[in-house]
Amino acid sequence: MAMHHFIDRRQNPSDRSLGNRQRFIRRARSQIKEALDKSIRDRKLGDIANGEDLSIPTKGITEPRLRGNSNEGRRARVLPGNKEFVTGDQVKKNPKGGAGAGKEGSEDGEGADEFSFTLSRDEFLQIFFEDLELPDLIKTDLRETTAVAYRRAGFARDGTPSNMDVMRTMRHSLGRRIALNRPDKPAVAALQEAITTLEETTEPTAEDRARLDALYKELEELQRRRKIVGYIDPVDVRFRQREPVPVPNTQAVMFCLMDVSGSMGEREKDLAKRFFVLLHLFLKRRYERIEVVFIRHTHEAQEVDEETFFYSRQSGGTVVSTALTKMMEVVRQRYPTDAWNIYAAQASDGENFSGDSQTCAKLLAEDVIPACQYYAYVEILDEREIELFGNPDAGAALWRSYRDVAAGRENFAMKRVTKPADIYPVFRELFLRQGERI
Amino acid sequence: MNLTPEKDFDETAPEIDARSDAESEPGPLLFDGADWSFKSLSRTYDAIERVALDDLGLNVYPNQVEIISTEQMLDAYSSFGMPLMYRHWSFGKHFAREEKSYRQGHSGLAYEIVINANPCISYNLEDNTMALQALVMAHAAFGHNHFFKNNYLFRQWTDADGVLDYFQYAKAFIAGAEERHGLKAVEEVLDAAHAIMEQGVFRYRRAPELTTEQRQTRKREIEAYRERTFNDLWRTVPAAARAEVTSEAEKMKVERRHKLKLPEENLLFFLEHNSPILEGWQREVLSIVRNVAQYFYPQRQTKVMNEGCATFTHHYIMNALYDGGQISEGAMLEILHSHSNVLTQPDFDERRFNGINPYALGFAMMEDIRRICSAPTDEDRDWFPELAGSDDWRGALRHAWANYRDESFIRQYLSPHLIRKLKLFNLTDNADDPHYTVDAIHDERGYRKVRDALANNYDPAHIDADIQVVDADLRGDRQLFLEHSVRQGVGLAEGSRREVLKYIRQLWGYDVTLSGMDHQTGEQLYRSSTLEADESDAA
Repeated sequence: MAMHHFIDRRQNPSDRSLGNRQRFIRRARSQIKEALDKSIRDRKLGDIANGEDLSIPTKGITEPRLRGNSNEGRRARVLPGNKEFVTGDQVKKNPKGGAGAGKEGSEDGEGADEFSFTLSRDEFLQIFFEDLELPDLIKTDLRETTAVAYRRAGFARDGTPSNMDVMRTMRHSLGRRIALNRPDKPAVAALQEAITTLEETTEPTAEDRARLDALYKELEELQRRRKIVGYIDPVDVRFRQREPVPVPNTQAVMFCLMDVSGSMGEREKDLAKRFFVLLHLFLKRRYERIEVVFIRHTHEAQEVDEETFFYSRQSGGTVVSTALTKMMEVVRQRYPTDAWNIYAAQASDGENFSGDSQTCAKLLAEDVIPACQYYAYVEILDEREIELFGNPDAGAALWRSYRDVAAGRENFAMKRVTKPADIYPVFRELFLRQGERI
Repeated sequence: MNLTPEKDFDETAPEIDARSDAESEPGPLLFDGADWSFKSLSRTYDAIERVALDDLGLNVYPNQVEIISTEQMLDAYSSFGMPLMYRHWSFGKHFAREEKSYRQGHSGLAYEIVINANPCISYNLEDNTMALQALVMAHAAFGHNHFFKNNYLFRQWTDADGVLDYFQYAKAFIAGAEERHGLKAVEEVLDAAHAIMEQGVFRYRRAPELTTEQRQTRKREIEAYRERTFNDLWRTVPAAARAEVTSEAEKMKVERRHKLKLPEENLLFFLEHNSPILEGWQREVLSIVRNVAQYFYPQRQTKVMNEGCATFTHHYIMNALYDGGQISEGAMLEILHSHSNVLTQPDFDERRFNGINPYALGFAMMEDIRRICSAPTDEDRDWFPELAGSDDWRGALRHAWANYRDESFIRQYLSPHLIRKLKLFNLTDNADDPHYTVDAIHDERGYRKVRDALANNYDPAHIDADIQVVDADLRGDRQLFLEHSVRQGVGLAEGSRREVLKYIRQLWGYDVTLSGMDHQTGEQLYRSSTLEADESDAA
């Protein structure tokens, strides 16, 4: 009878295919990126967080083999299910290959010029944000106060009892007991038993008595030694040592500032949203914890929830500085700059109450920007306006004042967008790794 | 994957002696319900084994049945069906495709994968119901296993004892090379090697090297023969006007070819040993790819027989267990349902037709052999005199499984009865004609033609392009010359030909020229070289 085994492999690591997968993604990287860039333009950014069904050109990932050319030569093929053919019948070829040719068409058996597969969320983000880096981190490091974390750092002879390392302590204790020859319990017990046996002897001989005395002495000696050489001695005890190390701050807050006055229509809000979503996704990859604060403003500013922020309407004038003031208020109340990395993105159609733009510039330069890691301003224009303001120096009052602020500041950026397709390139430009700026 | 068994359920399995039950009266059911446990697996395995060994007389390697998850299964069959495969992006690509197709419900998963090794490892999907697990065990652990152990191609070409170690070695070697030389360098060699994998197998066994003693004996025998047949008369016959000593260049070419042992059909082998530029580790990578190709070569030639054997085996065993009262009616219905799913053979004009289903053809032929043995018609007696009525269908099948491959098996055993049943017909396709011609159908005149044509469809000599290394002047420009022996006017698809030649050039280091010569006339049909940027195809 043959021997047989059943083996349960289900618990084996399940990501065995990962290595092949990574090699494939690496191989097809440029095609994947191209396809991603294309699809991002037409897709809702809200869907981005999920994986992506992707079709990429097979160029670069074909596996060529030497195969017969299906368009030449003579071949014969046996097929099942003859209905009415008799020997000598001729069957017209159908231009696509049809009856006889079956699936011989493509060279590598893949049929199409496109290879489609599903990209996981992580892979998507990895490629999506490739080459992008948080701006000016090195420079702002000074301001980015680091938190303190405790890290294991060997053992110490003193510490609090809760930090005692039992294993380590017992190891030392054992070594010491062996070295100093401390009698163990069984040895004592054996001796005591021998004594009891002798004591119970009804008629002890002189020899027994002498032996009993010797045993008493021996027991006394053992017990003395046990007392001197303690089971655990203070020299054995070890404590886990922890030392403080500075760690970079891993929490961030992102402020979304938006003008919601009448002049901001659905289109403008949608564009702004796309920008915010991108920024949020991007920060999420960098920070363990990230909070989002939505501040909308007309002639006065309010902190609201996401739903209200994007979808509810409000009428009123436009005073941009209220939003900045509100933001700084929130920062002071809840996000001390020594504990939080602060990012802010502002979207507006560029309109502002006359005279307020100067106030904004002042606020930005003196309060907001010094507190922020990065501040991005996106101005949403319609197609006609962009022609009008083709020159980056031209623009409404707000834009012009911001230009002055931007000068000489690395952590402030401003861009104009007119259509969804602009968002991603603008975003990329804002966050492109230093040195790779176009 | 670690191959040493981590959990051995054999020992924990209860000692259930079902033998006495099975033989006397309808025994208790081996399992009930859809869920399986290692106990019920083990019990069922034992029952299957009894039928397989005692009734069918199969001869199998020890079995190791492994239960794997969906993802592991997908992974396995994107890497040549071999869970121990080394890493390469193309496997990741296939995985991505299989996964997508599976998740979208376009394709189901195989119930099992079986590896030709000793012990024979079969991978069963965890999602299978108990009835399916039983089916799969009979199919893979006994059907395929018997075929692997007994078929001449596998015995000749694969080393079942060492194969797992070899794959493990290969995987470790590739991983090590990636570490030392970088992913990219290894990938380049693997890409190139994969491109000529199909040209990287030995198709014929070489004559064994003679020992010195044998060589001397042979020399003596030849001399003795000459002495025996000496006739002085031959000397007086005028010698044919021999072409005056061929040119110096020709002579050198002959010598060169002799030294390189050309012609050589195994491109990977040739490049591995003779490429002027490859480093040691690169040669080893070629050797690994070549060995993998060689390992799978018998499987490519025995698809119909292998599946036929396994399907016949599971069908017979499951019926035997059902008749013995060991499998419930419900489970049997489920088994038959899966069985007939696997055996579906759509007609050529149906949308879902995708060639001849090897399971269907194989199973039908096995059943047919059984029928010919036990209930032959007069026609069968004419066609298969030595089989018809012999009654020992078990022996006849075992003989066929051991000694044939698809091509020869069909040529030998495809009966008129089956040709009629499947309504097979032969369609010839001449690329120059605007129509196909029905060359033979299932009638008296057509049987042999259909049979031969079908056998040819499975003959590697007809399917694979015959490409050989014919010359390489290592002292000159080092150009490598390949020759494609073109049969039936079928050349190579141009796009991929160009790509593959580039890969060969990369491995050889110098230019490569491939000429297509007509198999019969020797006329040059095309010539393609890495020397020219654009191809000039001589018509």
